[in-house]
Amino acid sequence: MTAKLKADGVFKVYGTQPEEALRLARQGVHPKDVLSRTGQVVAVCDVSFEVGEAEIFTIMGLSGSGKSTLVRCLNRLMEPSAGSIQIDGEQLLQKGPAELRQVRRTKIAMVFQNFALLPHKTVVANVEFGLQLRGEPRQQRRETALRALEQVGLSDWANRYPDNLSGGMKQRVGLARALANDPDILLMDEPFSALDPLIRADLQEALLKLQREIKKTIVFITHDFHEAVKLSDRIAVMRDGRFVQVGTPHDIVLRPVDDYVENFARELDRSKLLCAGDVSPMRVPLIRADAVRADALRQLLMANKPHAVVVGPDGKPLGFMRGQELEQARDATAMSDLPRRAVASAFASSALIDLYRACEGQAPVAIVNDAGQAVGAVDAGDVLLHLSDHARRSPDGPSMQHGPEMLEAAQ
Amino acid sequence: MMERVPREYLLRVDRLIQGAVDFLVNEWRPAFQAMRYPIGRMLDGVSGVLEAMPFWVVVVLFALAGWRMAGWRHGLFCAVSFALIAFMGLWDEAMTSLAILVTAVSFCIVIGVPLGIVAGRSDRFWSLLQPLLDVMQTTPSFVYLVPVVMLFGIGTVPGVIATIIFAMPPIIRLTNHGLRQVPADTLEAGEAFGATEWQSLVNIRLPLALPSIMVGLNQTLLMALVMSVVIAMIGAEGLGLTVLRGIGALDVGLAGIGGLAIVLLAISLDRITQGFVRLTTPSGQRSRFKSMITRFRTEGAPAQ
Repeated sequence: MTAKLKADGVFKVYGTQPEEALRLARQGVHPKDVLSRTGQVVAVCDVSFEVGEAEIFTIMGLSGSGKSTLVRCLNRLMEPSAGSIQIDGEQLLQKGPAELRQVRRTKIAMVFQNFALLPHKTVVANVEFGLQLRGEPRQQRRETALRALEQVGLSDWANRYPDNLSGGMKQRVGLARALANDPDILLMDEPFSALDPLIRADLQEALLKLQREIKKTIVFITHDFHEAVKLSDRIAVMRDGRFVQVGTPHDIVLRPVDDYVENFARELDRSKLLCAGDVSPMRVPLIRADAVRADALRQLLMANKPHAVVVGPDGKPLGFMRGQELEQARDATAMSDLPRRAVASAFASSALIDLYRACEGQAPVAIVNDAGQAVGAVDAGDVLLHLSDHARRSPDGPSMQHGPEMLEAAQ
Repeated sequence: MMERVPREYLLRVDRLIQGAVDFLVNEWRPAFQAMRYPIGRMLDGVSGVLEAMPFWVVVVLFALAGWRMAGWRHGLFCAVSFALIAFMGLWDEAMTSLAILVTAVSFCIVIGVPLGIVAGRSDRFWSLLQPLLDVMQTTPSFVYLVPVVMLFGIGTVPGVIATIIFAMPPIIRLTNHGLRQVPADTLEAGEAFGATEWQSLVNIRLPLALPSIMVGLNQTLLMALVMSVVIAMIGAEGLGLTVLRGIGALDVGLAGIGGLAIVLLAISLDRITQGFVRLTTPSGQRSRFKSMITRFRTEGAPAQ
């Protein structure tokens, strides 16, 4: 993984005498103590990270944790007090005003929590804004802007004014404005936090879908752990100006370094209340051991999963197999000829968190009924998707309804 | 007798002012006379245009402006007002007043908006400017007239100069205010996309300050209207002179129609410039005007 964006030992101190505060912070004094001893606020304290090409890197923390300050340090809307920031290996902090403008115009774009659209410009003129600033000819920038609007699904609204748009649409415009610049790096400062839950989930999915095409390096700021888990390749949990843990969503949920992080993870698992049988859709295919290879391949393809659970003639899970192996084994005619790995199984009534733990290591888990027959199979992706969807559907608490109809649907 | 400050201890501020004005008159008179030139030229130009038009053309133009800016009722009001002025025999005076207003307000915009922009960007400049504006706005309008006469002489052009000074503060204040209330996140967005100071001013600050600037324009216009009457005392022509003549001759009728013409002119222009405020306000923020606008802007109105 090549580092597109690299931050090294970044500090940001607010106050009149940052030097003393910086010295203390470097010695490892906690920002809270620095505040009480010097009156200076250390908003970002010794933060280092790298973000790779096409990676979504989320900085998650509660308000006041310094995440918004940190993201503004990355394009120098705020000047870091110390440290270095590199884009494509180029030092950002040494650049003069003109060079910095050039970076902002071409390499790094930003999406804001409150959209920050210009109310006196039409939607398409707003999207053109960055291109206009860098002096592109009118015709060309209009075309680019219309393409960007198409990407976010707002072509029909090009000539309206932002005030005619709903919050979710405004943020799509904000996103289009950033995309129109065709930057390498997108900074997204709590872009969906001002939206209501349904719209937020919509936009999250839209972003994920878009990211599959555009493959930008995205630094995403949020205070919402669900959002972080759903979107990120890696998450950094931030508290009091420092990163307390950086890792994949999986790592953070399963191996939180301290209570603070675990609290977020617990927040996520209402999962303790949810049962394995609740997961829907169960997308890992069940393949009968006597199925022919072509059918099995088709099933995998349709489910878009890298693995499947193999079940015996009595419906009991025998193991799981990887799609890759199935593809390579051209001469095998029956599933029974292929290598199989042991598969874990869980009852429909098992707690979801246990199920998720069992999913560790990219393996699917078979969901079995009392007779031991597989009714479906899930993997970590299914569980996470279900959790985030579930949180969106019922913010007040999980539904406990699961019964035969759902099991049937899974079959 | 109460104790008073002895004569020899009195501060002779009056002499100080007298001395300062004398100095300016003696040493700087050519400079002040030169300032008359652009104002005189513009005044002549505007008067020329207004006088060259048949009165009914002006009536129709104001009716159209009133209709487009404030709705058909106001269009009708403007038509009736201007026609009434014409039929009261005050047309030439009214057109002179209008020319004075247009000239004075134009100069207020040309000088006041840039000053307001600088003030909006620099706290220091604003703190220097603010007391000066207070002085300009609170000094009784008669007090202007003496130094203006001494520096610029008497007549319509010095009258316009007095009007410019008197009417300028609101547009400076409201330009400054408008610039300062531009939302920080919008400015931040500009910065994040690599806007220069100038780009940010032209693309973000000024357009978002425009409604406020237009309120300033409206206020400046009304103040200029007030002053355009007072300047009759230093020999400026127009409706003010009609009123003054009526008062001088104890002709209540003449003073009355002069006053009426001024009021009609004031209401017509006030509502039209209020329309500018509405036009420059982004659509979502003008729901108050919405039903009215949609009725009158849908047919053939240029999409703005």
